[in-house]
Amino acid sequence: MKRFDFIQPATIEDALAAWEPGAVWLGGGTNIVDLMKTGAMQPDKVIDITRLPGLSEIETLPDGAIRIGSLVRNSDLADHPQIARHAPMVAEALLAGASGQLRNAATVGGNLMQRTRCAYFQDPTAACNRRAPGTGCDAAQAGDGMAILGWSEACIATNPSDFCVPLAALDAVVEVQGPEGAREIPVAAFHLLPGDTPDRETDLAPGELIIGVRLPAEATGFAANARYLKVRDRTSYAFAMTSAAAALRLEDGRIAEARLALGAVAAKPWRATEAEALLAGQAPDDALFDRAAEAALAGAAPSGGNAWKIDLARRTTARSLRMAAAGTPAEMPALPASPFGHSAEDHAHA
Amino acid sequence: MPDTLDTHVRFGSNSGQPITRRDGRAKVTGGATFAADNSPDSVLHAVYVPATIARGRVTALDTAAAEAHPGVTHVVTPQNRPPLQGDPSDKPTMFSFRFEALQDDTVRYAGQPIALILGETLEAATEGARLLNPRYEIATPRTGLDEAAHYTFDPDAFGKPADTVHGDPEAGHAAAAHSVDVTYETAPQYHNAMETHAVVASWDGDRLSLDMPSQALSMTCAGIAYYFGIPAENVTLRSPYLGGGFGSKAIPTGPYVLAVLAARMTGRPVKMMLTRQQMFGPVGHRGQTRQRLRLGTDAEGRLTVLDHAGLSATSTFDDFIEPAANASQGLYAAGALRSTHSAVRLDVGTPGPMRAPGEASGSAALECAMDEMAETLGMDPLEFRLRNYAETEPGTGKPFSSKALRECYAQGAERFGWADRPLQPGQMRDADGLRVGWGMGTAFFPCPMFMAEANATLRADGTAMVETSAADMGQGAWTALAQIAADSLGLPLDQVEFRAGHSGLPDAGVAGGSGHTATAGSALHAAGGDVIRQLGEIAAADPDSPLHGAGNAGFTARDGRLYVAGDDSRSDAFADILARAGGAEVSGAGSASRAPEAAEAHAMNAHGAVFAEVKVDPDLCQMRVTRLVGAFAAGRIINPRLAESQLYGGMIWGLSFALHEEARHDPARGHIVNADLAGYHVPVNADVHGLDVISVHEDDPYVNALGVKGVGEIGITGTVGAIGNAIWHATGKRVRRFPIRIDDLLGD
Ligand SMILES: Cc1cc2nc3c(=O)[nH]c(=O)nc-3n(C[C@H](O)[C@H](O)[C@H](O)COP(=O)(O)OP(=O)(O)OC[C@H]3O[C@@H](n4cnc5c(N)ncnc54)[C@H](O)[C@@H]3O)c2cc1C
Ligand code: SF4
Repeated sequence: MKRFDFIQPATIEDALAAWEPGAVWLGGGTNIVDLMKTGAMQPDKVIDITRLPGLSEIETLPDGAIRIGSLVRNSDLADHPQIARHAPMVAEALLAGASGQLRNAATVGGNLMQRTRCAYFQDPTAACNRRAPGTGCDAAQAGDGMAILGWSEACIATNPSDFCVPLAALDAVVEVQGPEGAREIPVAAFHLLPGDTPDRETDLAPGELIIGVRLPAEATGFAANARYLKVRDRTSYAFAMTSAAAALRLEDGRIAEARLALGAVAAKPWRATEAEALLAGQAPDDALFDRAAEAALAGAAPSGGNAWKIDLARRTTARSLRMAAAGTPAEMPALPASPFGHSAEDHAHA
Repeated sequence: MPDTLDTHVRFGSNSGQPITRRDGRAKVTGGATFAADNSPDSVLHAVYVPATIARGRVTALDTAAAEAHPGVTHVVTPQNRPPLQGDPSDKPTMFSFRFEALQDDTVRYAGQPIALILGETLEAATEGARLLNPRYEIATPRTGLDEAAHYTFDPDAFGKPADTVHGDPEAGHAAAAHSVDVTYETAPQYHNAMETHAVVASWDGDRLSLDMPSQALSMTCAGIAYYFGIPAENVTLRSPYLGGGFGSKAIPTGPYVLAVLAARMTGRPVKMMLTRQQMFGPVGHRGQTRQRLRLGTDAEGRLTVLDHAGLSATSTFDDFIEPAANASQGLYAAGALRSTHSAVRLDVGTPGPMRAPGEASGSAALECAMDEMAETLGMDPLEFRLRNYAETEPGTGKPFSSKALRECYAQGAERFGWADRPLQPGQMRDADGLRVGWGMGTAFFPCPMFMAEANATLRADGTAMVETSAADMGQGAWTALAQIAADSLGLPLDQVEFRAGHSGLPDAGVAGGSGHTATAGSALHAAGGDVIRQLGEIAAADPDSPLHGAGNAGFTARDGRLYVAGDDSRSDAFADILARAGGAEVSGAGSASRAPEAAEAHAMNAHGAVFAEVKVDPDLCQMRVTRLVGAFAAGRIINPRLAESQLYGGMIWGLSFALHEEARHDPARGHIVNADLAGYHVPVNADVHGLDVISVHEDDPYVNALGVKGVGEIGITGTVGAIGNAIWHATGKRVRRFPIRIDDLLGD
């Protein structure tokens, strides 16, 4: 590992002042430390932000919005009563991610900023436009494909976060602070599609720090019918092959408003606004959900030998809508977000 | 070994008792010292640089940059590597591999060591390795089964399985009223024991001291000694605990030899521990296979032919041909049997023995092909297997030493509820609408014995000490072997000090092939018997002993006393006998192996039946094994708790084989892209559900004096096929490649 400076500022001001090109923020370290070990990331300066004050709270604002500090640990957030009540699919998505140990360490800011799991991105000897602009894309050469939406010739990677999928669906907002002051970025606009510049991964400017995430008051209106569904090739501790966050506001047997986002299909959590429009005002039924899923994947294209993934994403989307329509379960399933979630013998050992 | 023995209530003999692992507390409290826990003074840390391409040549290394890094002491490359006395291409022991130890700049597989960095700290050596920044001339790698020519070979004792033919396969095909011709593939798999390979080596003149995990202590010493031109007895190897082995820690490989070489070169102790990523390369794996099975039956479903042709991948520089087709020998009564093997040389590390080598991949394909045959016949898969039940060894007609497979089928089927299984696939759904499928497979594993020796000493106070260089990979040798030893001496377990895991002790042979308890246990049994025989002679000759003159009747030893056989009224305590004899100890020795006549006379195998239930989401196709019932007959069970754990473990590895494990190669560079435990999947707790093991009673008077067959690997056989068959039964889809993935089931 290359030598680097390590500092632990005590205030946000000090942290921002300490930032310089070549510096990185360190949250729980579950992602960045791995990348430093493989050599994919070689920062000159590591700024540990975990001692910054005031970033570990979860609070309900006067207007009903929920504000989550960027240092809140994934497991604390998932277990928080406000989240369980008002944004259950956020908790479900968090609990479907990684493992208990990782969730205990991982922070909200780190989760938002986690890098793609593309094997070539993690391998500093591979050609990767995202990590090293202009070097090429070994993943595309390998031919298996990854993304099915929004990918480019330059990069076909997907964003692996579960957490970000319901956040995008619920119009959550990222609060950032930087040398130029504070600003807000909607989660749906936070991650960038690769285009010709896959190295530009988020809208965060150099030196900006995520302070928190805000779930607007409207988000809480979906709590009764909101589910996250994650398909993966083992029952737990695996990244999504496809996932979907579906939330419905039902009024008089009709869908007053729908929110839908797909995970693991693009370089960003994929908000399916056409599908949402199609659902609005309709009576929920399976055929409608199939049409909505169709619409959500209308623009999909394989980025290699992964045409199957379009089919799987469609099925995942339709199912998530069905699950949402059936209602948020009173208790978190033993296997959150899993097709096997209802299995009675499971004891929260995911 | 630390004193970790809890007091156990004992009913009768030690063997047969479900005693918990004696080393368990030490392990869960961190008290157990694993190889890499040793850090002698002035130790140097060794890190090797793995090739990041699979085929080609190293053209440049920034040795100056690495050497300049603070803390780096040596940079070893093919240019300056000191000579070895034994050629790494030689095969000094029965089980040996050729390996890379910086002979030249050729890259033969990704992960091959291409340079070695020594440093004062692990961090310095690691950074030195990074700074070396190798450049390559890359040749197109061959990592798929069709990317190089297939070849056949002359058989050899290790790594090159012989073809076997019984009867006339062509006639069997011609006579068949029904037939299937199916081809199955299995993926490359890597052992990935929890403890990665590690060694701490130090030299004192021409004597070498090693702390390293080893499944075969004597053989490892002999192998290492060969490469360094010293007698095997100059090597002391300590291996008290292994964090798993799975076959990969039996044979010294390149990284070990490099670390030992570094210690000799520097005159300082050297420590090397592989990273998880480095486990995917030079330390063995299970080669991928393609297996064609052609089965024919008569109109009633009796096999006229079982014809199994395996193609296995090996490296470009050595042969370890996964003997998959052999799985079709010895199990089903077919009119004709044929097992043939061919191979293909790929740019991968040399495969090696891994968790039922051959039996696992062979059984996977065989049991699925049997299911397909049953489907063709419209017959229940269990009934089909019973129809072809072998009363004597198929092909040879040899009697089985014992075979309670019928009972395994019956008890397993009963526990599982197999009788309710609909014949047609796609018939069952659970309350949540998930597809449900039931499948089964036969488990089958030979019971080999290697050679082992043991000593036993009865001390003046009536307690004993037994010694053999056994290896405990977690399977429980510290416990089960001690139980056998205590019984052989007629002592409670807590009166017997058990020494193992050290090369200075009598050779316990190989902890592999599921034969360690049988082999080392038999040697201990013989050593204890030798002590008791001598003690009897002393007592019989002693006028003051109640046993005086009873020598002809014979003695039995129980609870620290010697009894006249058949007469419990005459007995004498061990300590009293020895006290009267002047307080001397009595030492005995024992050895074990299977006599060739015994091996000739009977076919010896462990058997079992595995029943699997899977649930498959009808739209999303995510799969989950919800029940696994395995009934196994494996001779005498020394410790039911440990045996059950072994069988559970085996079945979990079967699940892993069926649904998870697969190393994936990059087509351009040939390296493994998922070389860590986030990417290389094994089952997690949430995948392991409803495991149920039935131990079927079996007395075997022929396998060895103990009647022990072995339970280490059999659980993986049968299970893979049972799961594959259950997936078909749930979905109607035959996936003929393992692991079965979600995308294999999509599209209906
Ligand atoms: C084996 C494994 C399995 C996993 N499985 C899943 C899974 O199934 N689903 C899933 O969603 N995730 C999964 N993860 C990823 C996990 O969620 C992330 O590693 C974690 O959320 C990152 O949080 P952290 O605090 O540890 O981030 P760090 O590793 O500390 O940082 C990650 C990145 O975020 C930046 N960063 C951190 N905090 C801030 C901030 N406040 N402002 C700006 N930038 C910041 C860092 O500079 C760095 O670039 C898995 C991880 C591992 C190792
Ligand atoms: S897909 Fe993107 S992240 Fe992966 S190698 Fe290509 S450019 Fe890099």
